[in-house]
Amino acid sequence: MLYRTPTYYEFKVERDDTRCIRCQVCVRQCSYSSTFYDAEEDRIFNIDANCVGCHRCDTFCPTDCITIRRVGENFKENANWNAWAIRNLNKQANTGGILLTGMGSDRPHRIYWDHIVVDASQVTNPSIDPLREPMELKTYLGKKPDSIEIENITGARGKGQGASDYKLKTKLAPQLELDIPIMFSAMSYGAINYNVCEALAMAAESMGIYYNTGEGGLHRNLYKYGKNTIVQVASGRFGVHLDYLGVSAGVEIKIGQGAKPGIGGHLPGEKVTEEVSKTRMIPEGSDALSPAPHHDIYSIEDLRQLIYALKEATNYEKPVSVKIAAVHNAAAIASGIVRAGADIVAIDGIRGSTGAAPLMIRDNVGIPAELALAQVDERLRQEGIRNWASVVIAGGIRNSADVVKAIALGADAVYIATPALIAIGCTVCQKCYLGKCAWGIATNDPYLARRQNPEIAAERLSNLLTAWSREIKEMLGGMGLNAIESLRGNRERLRGVGLTDRELKILGLKHAGEGM
Amino acid sequence: MQINAAGCHYRTLNQQIKDAVKRGEKSIELLNVNGQRYIGDGISGETKIIINGVPGNDLGAFMSGPTIIVNTFAQDGVANTMNDGKIVIKGHAGDVLGYGMRGGKLFVKGDVGYRVGIHMKEYEDKIPVIITGGRAGDFFGEYMAGGILILLNLNNEKPERAVGSYLATGMHGGVIYIRGDIDKYQLGEGVGIVELKEADNIVLNKLISEFCKDLNIDTKSVFNKPFKKLIPVSKRPYEKLYAY
Repeated sequence: MLYRTPTYYEFKVERDDTRCIRCQVCVRQCSYSSTFYDAEEDRIFNIDANCVGCHRCDTFCPTDCITIRRVGENFKENANWNAWAIRNLNKQANTGGILLTGMGSDRPHRIYWDHIVVDASQVTNPSIDPLREPMELKTYLGKKPDSIEIENITGARGKGQGASDYKLKTKLAPQLELDIPIMFSAMSYGAINYNVCEALAMAAESMGIYYNTGEGGLHRNLYKYGKNTIVQVASGRFGVHLDYLGVSAGVEIKIGQGAKPGIGGHLPGEKVTEEVSKTRMIPEGSDALSPAPHHDIYSIEDLRQLIYALKEATNYEKPVSVKIAAVHNAAAIASGIVRAGADIVAIDGIRGSTGAAPLMIRDNVGIPAELALAQVDERLRQEGIRNWASVVIAGGIRNSADVVKAIALGADAVYIATPALIAIGCTVCQKCYLGKCAWGIATNDPYLARRQNPEIAAERLSNLLTAWSREIKEMLGGMGLNAIESLRGNRERLRGVGLTDRELKILGLKHAGEGM
Repeated sequence: MQINAAGCHYRTLNQQIKDAVKRGEKSIELLNVNGQRYIGDGISGETKIIINGVPGNDLGAFMSGPTIIVNTFAQDGVANTMNDGKIVIKGHAGDVLGYGMRGGKLFVKGDVGYRVGIHMKEYEDKIPVIITGGRAGDFFGEYMAGGILILLNLNNEKPERAVGSYLATGMHGGVIYIRGDIDKYQLGEGVGIVELKEADNIVLNKLISEFCKDLNIDTKSVFNKPFKKLIPVSKRPYEKLYAY
């Protein structure tokens, strides 16, 4: 090459040297080697090309002397060939590699939640104040019977007057009991470190919900949180054994993920540390490859085989969930999954997050969660099998209003991951795949992982969920509802704003302005 | 003890087996098995189960310890994600045997189907072993991350191939031994053929003697042809795949 390989960097670290006290906290906090101290000059310098814009340094700077500025605007203005496109093309020309990224898509896909508004009661059907009156968010996930039988246990002569005289005769399928209809989505040990796994487990336990192990196995020290744990069985079958299945509250078969529908996963060898290797049960330093499909599942019948293999292995005591990415034919696939015997169907939309995915796939493959959810719920109702399984939606839930809208669109519960990570420090810099997370989340480096204190992180996660459940109760109360069950699949309480007729039809919504 | 599986739904049959294992039965003989799935799924301990008739798919899935002897043929998915124990099949077996297997042994006297031994993995002293007496279909040892796969190609006097194509595609751990010749074009990406060393012969001798003893085969007839050894070229096959 006759010229320098271009590395058009994204950020510029500006320092106000008059404020800098040379404490070097920024040097210690930066895990991307973007900051260093020159003792001879007694000055701190920056290598801008290494900055990922995670804001760890300026958050910790005691004198507020650092400003991180985005650069790239100085390329000639061009709607087609913007800084994003030019940087990506150069990266590929430099390496010949597939572009990698982390977290959920940052492209401007339409966020349907922002085009949906929620109803409230006025004059008729008075609203309820959740601070004074009971409000029920309790949710059960699992297969519900088509009908139930109740028997009078007082015998033939019994009067059968009070509730205690009766017993449920129908044997119910195993259920997951949630205090609030929110769970932490699958994040594997390896993608995130032990401290973050423990924080999620502790928060799930204290809030009466579940967290999901992802496909990285389960560290034995976390078995004590088993009753709040959903364990995942993915195509790599890492760490899947009888103890793992046995301690869990439920088992999830991972078919796909919203951030990377149709492809497998590669946990790079650098992330397979001693502890990760124990949990995944593979040698230290070797790549952990998850094949794109489960090679024992090529059909709905094969899926049924794995569902029942897991039910046999767990004595039919645990609900089995099947997670798919939201794709064009999601509704028909979900119907097949339910008929195959799944107790829960989880659907992950195109804005779903990841620790590492090819950029082109994350940003271009799949469909928005909102549309998939509406269609899956509709299809299962039409076929009369909606009660056979619960529906969990994932991929782009950002706040409690999204949760309320998702439930009114037909979800039984939602999975969240990015909001949970943001609650413990993540600034969505999208560099999870480097394993150097300066916030101590997506890294197994013990020096960095120590930045997450499980107790403090768990408290922040619990605070987030407490805040959301308060907001959900307020919105329910405003609609005159006192139980989340009354909102489930109740699309009459939603309206679309600024959507086309076709979008409204797919979502099963009326446009705002149309009455009951 | 004996269990008659005639006309028995798999759920009933497997519950009976689990109850027997829990009671501490050392030997269970199943009669008239006819395609019941999930036999031995998720059981542990040291029980020996003898199967008369053809068991259905997912035989010994998630199993951790027991021994299963199948006196005839077996179907697909035998030893799926198996953790420990031993399965001996005296006839042929189907596709996707030993998927994600991480411990124990699977011996098949006859031929096996497609995608056998895929994504086997090993960890410390847990090294899964699959030995096939006959031939194997395509994608044998795909994504192999650990363990030992042995293909003997016995009783195959015709010039047919011992194994299909895409052999060990994406292999990044473990070892495959194949008796007789294989063509280079049959190999998947990332696999290399190397000469056997003394340590390999010790491993082969030990495992093949056990196989021959269990299945009543003359050990000498196995060693009358040289073996080829297949290993991954890299533990990190996709290292250079990405732009960071």
